[in-house]
Amino acid sequence: MQKVKNKWIKIGSEVLILASLFTLVQYLITAGLLNQYYQINLTSMCINVILAVSLSLINGFTGQLSLGHAGFMAVGAYVSVIITNMLDLPFIVGILVACLAAGLAGFIIGVPTLRLKGDYLAIATLAFGEIIRVTLQNIDYVNGPAGIMGITKLTTWPWLFGGTVLTVLVIVNLVNSSYGRAIVSIREDEIASELMGINTTKYKVLAFVIGAMFAGLGGAFYAHYFYIIKPETFNFLKSFDILVMVVLGGLGSTTGAIIAAVFITALTAALQSFPAIRMILYALILVIVMIYRPQGLMGNKELSIKIFGRIWSGRNEPDGNK
Amino acid sequence: MLEFTQQIINGLSLGAIYALIALGYTMVYGIIKLINFAHGDIMMVGAFVGYFSLTLLGTNIFVAMLAAMLTCAVFGVLIEKIAYRPLRNSTRIAALITAIGVSLFLEYMAIFLLGPSQKVFPDSAFPLKAYTLGGLSILNKDVFVFVSAVVLMLILQYIIKWTKTGKAMRAVSLDREAAVLMGISVDKTISITFAIGSALAAAAGVMVGVYYNTVNPLMGIIPGLKAFVAAVLGGIGIIPGAMVGGFVMGLLETMVSGYGNSLYRDAVAFGVLILILLIKPSGIFGEDTGEKV
Repeated sequence: MQKVKNKWIKIGSEVLILASLFTLVQYLITAGLLNQYYQINLTSMCINVILAVSLSLINGFTGQLSLGHAGFMAVGAYVSVIITNMLDLPFIVGILVACLAAGLAGFIIGVPTLRLKGDYLAIATLAFGEIIRVTLQNIDYVNGPAGIMGITKLTTWPWLFGGTVLTVLVIVNLVNSSYGRAIVSIREDEIASELMGINTTKYKVLAFVIGAMFAGLGGAFYAHYFYIIKPETFNFLKSFDILVMVVLGGLGSTTGAIIAAVFITALTAALQSFPAIRMILYALILVIVMIYRPQGLMGNKELSIKIFGRIWSGRNEPDGNK
Repeated sequence: MLEFTQQIINGLSLGAIYALIALGYTMVYGIIKLINFAHGDIMMVGAFVGYFSLTLLGTNIFVAMLAAMLTCAVFGVLIEKIAYRPLRNSTRIAALITAIGVSLFLEYMAIFLLGPSQKVFPDSAFPLKAYTLGGLSILNKDVFVFVSAVVLMLILQYIIKWTKTGKAMRAVSLDREAAVLMGISVDKTISITFAIGSALAAAAGVMVGVYYNTVNPLMGIIPGLKAFVAAVLGGIGIIPGAMVGGFVMGLLETMVSGYGNSLYRDAVAFGVLILILLIKPSGIFGEDTGEKV
C-alpha cells in the first residue's frame, strides 16, 4: 500500500517538475526574454538529448556499438522534409513517417549486421551510415550534395519538449520492462542470455529499430529548425558526436546520457569560434573517460528524484530495494 | 582492352597504397585485437612530415619518406603506450572508443596547428614524366609508388618470416600467454608492431602526397577506412591477406571510377565491406573459428 502511494507521489512530482519546466520556458519565449542564441542552443540540447538517449539504448543498454546513428538521423530529416515541404502535409505526419522510415532503415540494416559482434558491428554500422549519406548525395530529387534549403521552421518548443519527454519515457519504460531485462542481459553476457532462452537477435534488432526511430525524430526536428539540410551534416563525425555524449554519460544510464548531451551542447556553444579545440576536447574526453572511468560518469546508475530527496533530508542510506 | 589494361595500371599503384596502410591495420589487429582507428591519421601525419621535409628542408623524396617513417614509428609507439596500453585488459569496445578518440585527436590537432586548408605537394620533389608503352601511358609516379610499396612489403615479409622479432610477433599474435611463458616480452613486441605498422602508413602517406598532389589534415579518414576494408577483405590479422585485399580495393575503385559513377566510389568500398562481413567475416584467407566460451 505504502509502495503504491510512493509510486504515485513520485509520478506526481515528476509531472509537476516537467510541467513547470515547460511552462517556464514557454513563458520566457513568449515574453521575449529568451533571445535567439539561447533558443538555438535549447533546441540543439533537446535534439541532442533525443539522439543521445536513443543511441544509449543501442550502445549502452544493449551493448552493441553502433557508429551509424547520424545515418538514421539523416533518413528522418530527409523524409520529414519531403513530407512537409514537398508534399505539403502537416508536421505531425512528417514526424511520424520520418520515425517509421528511420525505423525501417534500422530494421533493414540491423537484421544482417547485428549477427556481427563488437568491432565488426561497429565498422559495419559506420559503413551503412556512410552509404546512406553517399546515397543521399546521389539522389537528384533531394538536390544531391547541395541539400535542401528553405525548410519551413516548424519545430517549436511544445514539439521539442513533447518529443524529448516522449523519447525518454519510452526508452526508460522499455529498459525497465521485461524486454529491457532481456536487452540488458545481452549486454552482460550474450551467450549466457541465449542459453537462458532469450532470442538475442530479436531483442538486438528491437533495440536497434527503436533507437533508429528516435534518431529519425531527432532528424525531423533538426531539419525543421535549422532551415537547411545536406548529406554532409550527417557524416560519421556526427555519429561520433552522439557517441561522445553516450560514453561520457555512462554506457547504460539514461540520465547520464541526458546530462552529457546538455553538457556537450553547452560546451559546443561556448567553443563555437574554436571548432578545432572543441573536437580536440571531444577526443580527450573519449580517451580519458575510457582510461580512467570506462563506465562513464554515471556508470549504469540513474539520477532520480529519490536521490535528491535523500540528499534533501540528509539521509544517506544504502539502497535497500535494489 | 587497351583501356582496361590502363585502368589496371592505374589501379595497381592505388592498390599498393591501400595495401601498405592495410598492413598496419592487420598487424595491430593480429596482435592486440584492436581496430586502430587512428591508423589512417598516422598516415596523414606521415604525409605532413614528408611535406615539410620536402618544402622546409628541401630533401629529396626518398629522404622525406624515410623521415616520415621514422617520425611515425615513434608516434605509433607513443600512441600505443599512452592510449592503448592502459586499456589492454579492458573490453574491446572501450579500446575501440579510445582509438576513435585518438583518431579525432590527431585530425583536429593537425587542423589546430596547421590550419584546415589543403597544402600542395611540391612538384619539384617529383617531376612528372609519362612513358608510353604500346599505347599505354605509364606515369613515373605510378611506378614510384608501386615499386617502393613492393620493396617495403618484401622487407616486411623478411622481418616477419626470418628475424627473431618477426617470430616473436607471430608468437604473440598466436597465443599471448604462451609467448610470455616462452620468455617473449609482449610489451616490446607490441611496441615494435606499432612502430612497423606506423612506418608503413607513413610511407603510404608520402605516396598519397605524390599520387594526389595535396595533403590536408583530414586526408587520412577515407583512405584509412578503405584500407581497413582491404584488411577485412583479405582476412584481418593475416599479412598476405592485407596485401591482396589492398590491391583488390585499388583495382575495384579505379574500375568503378573508370566505368561507372565516381561519386559512388566511396560507397563501393563500404558495400564490399558489408558483403564480406555478411558472407565471410573472416575474409578471403581467413579460417572460420568458433566462438570460445
